[in-house]
Parts: sequence; structure tokens; C-alpha cells
Amino acid sequence: MKLFSLTAHEILDLLKAKKVKAEDVVSSVKERIDSVETRVHAYARVFETREIASEGNENLFPIPIAVKDNICIKDNETTCASKILKGFKPPYDATVIAKLKGAGAVFTGNANMDEFAFGSSCETSCFGPTRNPWDLERVPGGSSGGSAAAVAADETIWAIGSDTGGSIRQPAALCGVVGLKPTYGLVSRYGLIAFASSLDQIGPITKDVRDSALLLNIIGGYDENDSTSVDTPAKDYTKSLISDIKGIKIGIPKEYFIEGIDPEVGLSVKAAIEQLRSLGAIVKEVSLPHTEYAVATYYITATAEASSNLARFDGVQYGLRSIPKEQRKNPIVDMYEETRNQGFGLEAKRRIMLGTYALSSGYYDAYYLRALKVRTLIKQDLDKVFGDFDAIVTPTSPTTAFKIGERMDDPVSMYLSDIYTIPANLSGIPAISIPCGFSKNNLPIGLQIMAKAFNEEMIFKIAYTYEQNTGWHKKRAGI
Amino acid sequence: MPDEKKQFETVIGLEVHLQLKTKSKIFCGCKNTFGGEPNTQTCPVCLGLPGSLPVLNRKVLEYAIKTGLALNCKINSFIKFDRKNYYYPDLPKAYQISQYDSPVCYDGFVLVPQEKGEEKKIRLTRAHLEEDAGKLMHDHNANCSLVDYNRTGTPLLEIVTQPDIRSAQEAYDYLQILKLTLQYLDVSDCDMEKGSLRCDANISLRVMGEEKLGVKTELKNMNSFKAVKSALLFEERRQEGILQSGGKITQETRLWDENKQMTFTMRSKEEAHDYRYFPDPDLVPFVIEEKAIKGIAENLPELPFDKCNRIKKEYDLSDYDAWVLVGSLETADFFEACAKLHRNYKSVCNWISGPLLQEANARKTGISGLKIEPKRFVEIVKKSEDGSLSNLGAKDVLKQALCSDKSIEQIISEKGLAQVSDDATLEKIADEVIKANLSVVEQIKSGDEKPLGFLVGQAMKKTQGKANPKKIGEIIKRRL
Repeated sequence: MKLFSLTAHEILDLLKAKKVKAEDVVSSVKERIDSVETRVHAYARVFETREIASEGNENLFPIPIAVKDNICIKDNETTCASKILKGFKPPYDATVIAKLKGAGAVFTGNANMDEFAFGSSCETSCFGPTRNPWDLERVPGGSSGGSAAAVAADETIWAIGSDTGGSIRQPAALCGVVGLKPTYGLVSRYGLIAFASSLDQIGPITKDVRDSALLLNIIGGYDENDSTSVDTPAKDYTKSLISDIKGIKIGIPKEYFIEGIDPEVGLSVKAAIEQLRSLGAIVKEVSLPHTEYAVATYYITATAEASSNLARFDGVQYGLRSIPKEQRKNPIVDMYEETRNQGFGLEAKRRIMLGTYALSSGYYDAYYLRALKVRTLIKQDLDKVFGDFDAIVTPTSPTTAFKIGERMDDPVSMYLSDIYTIPANLSGIPAISIPCGFSKNNLPIGLQIMAKAFNEEMIFKIAYTYEQNTGWHKKRAGI
Repeated sequence: MPDEKKQFETVIGLEVHLQLKTKSKIFCGCKNTFGGEPNTQTCPVCLGLPGSLPVLNRKVLEYAIKTGLALNCKINSFIKFDRKNYYYPDLPKAYQISQYDSPVCYDGFVLVPQEKGEEKKIRLTRAHLEEDAGKLMHDHNANCSLVDYNRTGTPLLEIVTQPDIRSAQEAYDYLQILKLTLQYLDVSDCDMEKGSLRCDANISLRVMGEEKLGVKTELKNMNSFKAVKSALLFEERRQEGILQSGGKITQETRLWDENKQMTFTMRSKEEAHDYRYFPDPDLVPFVIEEKAIKGIAENLPELPFDKCNRIKKEYDLSDYDAWVLVGSLETADFFEACAKLHRNYKSVCNWISGPLLQEANARKTGISGLKIEPKRFVEIVKKSEDGSLSNLGAKDVLKQALCSDKSIEQIISEKGLAQVSDDATLEKIADEVIKANLSVVEQIKSGDEKPLGFLVGQAMKKTQGKANPKKIGEIIKRRL
């Protein structure tokens, strides 16, 4: 048994039993990175030095962890996989990084991602695409594709990513790992380089559900540095890992199983739902009537916020500064235009323009304000269902991993990758993706479980029960 | 028939940006102080570094509400912030956190004292919170610009009037009373030179009697109240000149040039920004409890108008006297402390508004910067009243007392300033004066008493002002 292939909780057990040392785990993961990284390219940068906090302290988690390249680690280059942030070394730690350091985490590197988290395939990264460990010709999903691929390829024990419209769950589904988007406000966003502030949330990407709960224990909790953080009592999520879902009411939204869904995905998810029923859950069809507007609502809200969040990348203080050889307008405007033209990739430019348009005078009411209203309707749909049900179960992604390059010229089909994951972001509720089967050509399929805000316990309970009774998570990518 | 010259009415509205002097900045824990080496009072939040997030300083909100209540505003209990998007190197996030459609204070007014105890009401549209930007410094030799972010994140309250102001002088008077009120509240230094109070003005002209507002220009870059007045006077004349000759005013922003005493075009309406305001998703809206607003209202200090009216009544002073005293909080406080020790209020008031304020102004310290305290001050006033000090002597003693801790008695004896009132000395001086001015004496003896004053003057001169003038006059008259 190779140490790199273990879960964090398995390693913690070995550490406690003094059967292994933290440094053995770290060097095992390093060897694994050395052997497969050139093929997977899960990392934007791999760290050379890996400090291990004092060994033998049983309260510490000296577990190797990959960090998405949009979460600030003090004095470490953090670039959101964009040329425009080249050389930017934040002088501070994100709150989740401070918490991880406090827990003794060992950082393996910055995981690759879509530039500024704009994408569902990890192809918009300035470092080039990450490949899916199950099929190197295919994408790992995105935007946290590097984090998911690193976990799936055993290039880390676990990872953190960020999820704005599905960016943790969709790559987790496509890579056959577990990805949780916590409730908005449960994990501090301080130090997460913002894409869409009202939607972004940091969460764990792990090999199984227990690790997901363990990692959430570390990174969750109120932070006075984040005004959107919610002051709720600390919980031990591992307490919800009970394999018993008898009597739990699960809603299946009928709007999620219509055209566009890959039949193999549909079959696997339906089989998973049947399994939940056979394990004692009460399963009924429900309706989320505004589902069809979710993607449009999301792309207006998210791009509007992004256009403002990304305005600070102007060449003045940090990152790339590019000045044209010949003066065009005036020196400062020339610098802004050239820096942003050189620094941002195609998709970033597309989204900045979309968002700028949606906020422009004369269009604000028709787009941004309208989107806010529809967002409320989508949230009300979910609230209504959660009045009668404990959870909603859906596919995570309408398809399995697609081929690299396949959707790059068709942004709308790319945007539709997030059709099932977006509602959780728009309404702030928690959602997880867990493996629920494989396609004929051996590509992972993900099952999404959503629950009420701050009811991560319910999600963990259902996910754990399913996982314990199926074992899909034990199947590893044969790389 | 010659064209009749049209009569125009001037319409002015003012926007005041006020730096609030809370201990820390509006959205981070950095110190909120003026000056300091460039870029030393910054952190990831006020530098707008990627990943950083703002957290509202509740004290700033308290100051804003306090100010709003003092300016007779309604308070919006729903607190929401918006982003104002524009690019400038002194704005590190490329957006300013401000309040767009939900200002914390709205619908207020300021009463501006007029002559004869009357007052004019200037209505306020709103007062909203926002963050200040940094400062650009241009190095022309090195052909580059530098940015100092120390000021970034300083809390600002923008106070906007209705177009209720009708002249440059009225604008000046409004700023004076606004500044005084703010100083009473102790929420800002209100120093235009240091930029803690900044004022932009909107001005338009319309034919007298018309309702519809004319096309306005916005004036910027005035760095004193006087400059605001001068800029408005200039712009009033410029616009009138254009309108009288049948021209049209262009809606634009104009910069005041202090050296040339003129305004110049900065940007026209066509170049105006689309700020793309939208609610800041990093700052969740919240509701302040009525109780908290009430608490602030109950703790408001006495404001200039109230203090003026009370002082007028309580100490039986004129409107003019009372306004001089309330012209600064420390003057009013000093007066009231003195009034407790001495009941001749008019005399105390005169001594404060005259000699004391003269000295304070000359030294640019204010009364608190002088060493005099009410007890010794009142002693001097009393000694001048009972004749033990001459008017001049008392002023001299006051000057000495301002820069030492010595007792008044000690100053008088050291300087030999005590008024000479004993008969023997005065009679001797009277005789000397009479002897030296025989022709004048003859004149008086022949019935013309006018030159008597001249003789008293001579006696005062001889004693370096120490002789009791009333007494020496009587003695000279007796001895003629």
C-alpha cells in the first residue's frame, strides 16, 4: 500500500498508531507528483520546501494539501492562473490558510485552475490545461480542475478549491472524487481572490466523505475579517457520519432530468436514487420551476460582480504592467489598456465585457436587477422544497468529462456544464458531489446532494450512507 | 430701442466631503491619521489587495448618524453600501465603496444665521458614507507619478445641499455654520488646507422669476472657504456674460485656479463617467436598531444655534455678542466658566471678544493654547472695573498672564502696573502738568473746559498710563 493513495483519516490513524511518520507521507506524495505530474499537470506550481509542523502532536493534521491558485498564501506567488497576476506574492494568509497552518497542514503546491475561475474545464489557465487522470485526453472539469485532478491522481491527499457556480462539484464529479461547496458564509472568503463575491465559497475536495467532513472542520467557522461570514457555533461534522438514512425525505427535481443530459449519467444517477430509496430514504419527485433561468441569472450576476472585482488588475500596484511602445491616448490609459489586454485571457475578457454591459447605465434594470429578482425566485423554489424535504438529489454534471478543446469555441455549451450546480450558489445552500458510477468508457459520474443552508450534517449523512453502501470512491484512476 | 439687460438669479448647491476623525479607517483597522511617511498606514484591505475584504467600522456609522441628526436629517436605518466603478491610480480597487441609493442620512437642513437675528434654511438632500482615495504625487523631474495610499480608506461623509443657495456669500456663510456645527460635534477637523473638508460647488443662473433651473457647471479644486466664494463669484460673472450675450452654458466640470483666480474646463458632460453603481456584495446590508439611533440623539452636544440662544437669554447679551462667543466651542466654554466667577457678563464678554480673542488669533492658538484660565482672567477684568488697573494696564497684565503661571498680583507688582490712585502722588503730578502748560490753563480758566482732557492726557503720559484717569482729572480741575 502506497501512502499517497490513502485518505487523510487513514493516514491520521497510522500517525496516531505511530506506524508512519508525517515525513514519510510527505515524501510519498512528492514521489507521486514527480512520477505523474508531467502527464496530469494538476499544479500551477509545486512547492519545493514542505515544512512539517512538530510531529507527534495528535491534534495536528500534518497532511499534504493542494491549494487552488486563487487562495492567498503569504509570500507565495498566487496568480489565479492568469498572466496578469504574474509575480504577485500576497503579504498575508487567507483565513483558511491560517487555519490550515494552525492545524499543521503541509502545502504541496498551487493547484491549476481556469483563469480567475472562469471556466468548467481548466483549459483557460495561463499555464495550459490540466488533464483528467481517468483519461488524459479529457478535461478534469473546472474551475478547480487542478485540485480535483491532484486528488484523483494521488498527487495530494486532499485539496481545497473554490466554487462559484459548480467549480468544486463539477470537477469532483468528472474526476471521481468528493467535492463540497459549503453554505455561503460558513467558510471565510478572506484571502480568496474574488470572482463573484456573492457566490464564491471555499470548500474541500477529498477522496471520501469522511475526509470532506474532517477538512470542513478545519477550514469552517466565523471570521470577523469577512462581513459575509456567519457567526454560527462550531460543529464537528464527523459526528454526522452515520450510515442511516431511514425516513429521510429526498426530493428529485423533475426539471433536472430533461434534454441535454447524457443517458449514461441519467441512468447512474437514477440507480443511485433507487439505492437511497432501498436504504430507507423516502424519495419523491419535486419541482423547481425556475431552473431553466438559473444559468442566465448566474452569468449576469457572476460576470457583473467579476467585472468590478477584476478592475483592480490595472498594472498600478502589483502583477503585470505593460506599456505600449507608442503612446495612443495618454500614458495612464495606455497602461491600463495594454496591461489588461496582455494580461487577461479570452474568457476573462469575455466575462468582463458581459458584466460591464450588464451594469451599464440604461441596462442595469433590464439585466442586473432582473437577475437579482430571478435569483430570489430560484431561492424561493428551493426554500419551498426544503419545507417538506431534507435534501435534494440530482446529477452534478449533465455529462462525463469531455475532450480537451471540444467546447472551447462554444462558450454556451461550456456554460451549460454548470446547469445543475448553479442553483446552490444562487441560493447559498450547501451541496456535495460524490462518485456514483462510471460510464462505459470508464469515466466517473457524480451525484449531487443539496440541503438547507447550514445543514451540512444532512449532506454528510446521506453521502456517507451512500458511499458506505456502494464503494465507488474506492475505485482509483489507473494512471 | 436698446436691449434690456436681463436680471439673473444665481442658484448654487454645495457638496462637502468631510473626513471623519475616527481612530481607524472605515473598512480596516489602520490608523486614521493625517500625514506619516507615504504608504506606512496601509494594510491589504485599504490597499485593495486581491482577496482582501472590507469590514465596516461601526464608529464611522455612529459619527455619520451623529452628524446627520445635528443637521436635522432623517436617518436611514437600512445600511447598504455600493460600488462606484472607475479607474484612477489613487483608487486601488478601481472602485470606491460608497452609498448610492440608500444614504445613511437624508432630508435635512442647515440654518444659516443672517443679519438682524434672521436665518436662512438650506435644505440637505443627503449625507452618505464612502471611503477616501489615496494621493498622487507627480515627480516632473523623473517624469513619473507616485501613489501614497495612507489616505485610502479614510472615512468620508459627503453632505449634499439642495440648490437653495442664492449667492457666493451665502455659500460662504453656509460653510461657516456647517463647519462650526461639525466642530461642536467633534467629528472632523474641518481643515480645508489639510483636505479634511473639501467642497465642490454646482452653480447655474436663471432669469429672475423663472422656476426651471439653468444649465449648471460643477466647480472643483477650491482649497479654502474664501476660494469657494471667489470661484463662485467668478463663475457667476462668467455665466452671466455668456447669457447676456445670448450664448449657452455648457454642462461641464471646471477647475478653480487659485493663482489665476479663474475657472477652467476639466471635462464636459459627454466625457462623464458611467460609474456602474451596484450593491457591494462584500458588505451585507443590515438594519440599525431604533434604540441605537435614539442613544446617539440623546447624547448630541448643545449645537451653535441653541447655545447662542441660551447664552443670549441667560447672560442678557446681544445677538452679535452671543455669536462671537459661540464662534468656537472653547470660547463659549471659556465665557461660561468666567461668567460663573463674575456676574458682569457684558464686561466679561467684551474682554473675551476683544483683547483675549485678539491675542489668541494673533498667536493662531485659540484660547486653549493660551496659558490663561478663567480665574486669573476674571481677576484682571475685575481690577480694570474697580480702577486698580487702567484699561491699558489691564491689557498689559493680560499679555503677561498669557505666557506665565504667575499670579495677577505678582505680574502687577513686577511690572509696576498698579494704577496710581493715592492723592499725594497724583497732586504732585497735577502740579507739574499745570506748570508746564500755563497757556492751556489760562484757556480753561477763561471758561473753555475742553483742553482739560489734554492735561489729563499729559498726566497719563508722565505716569506711563498708571495714573487713575478719573481721579487725576478731578485733582487738576480742583487745583486750577
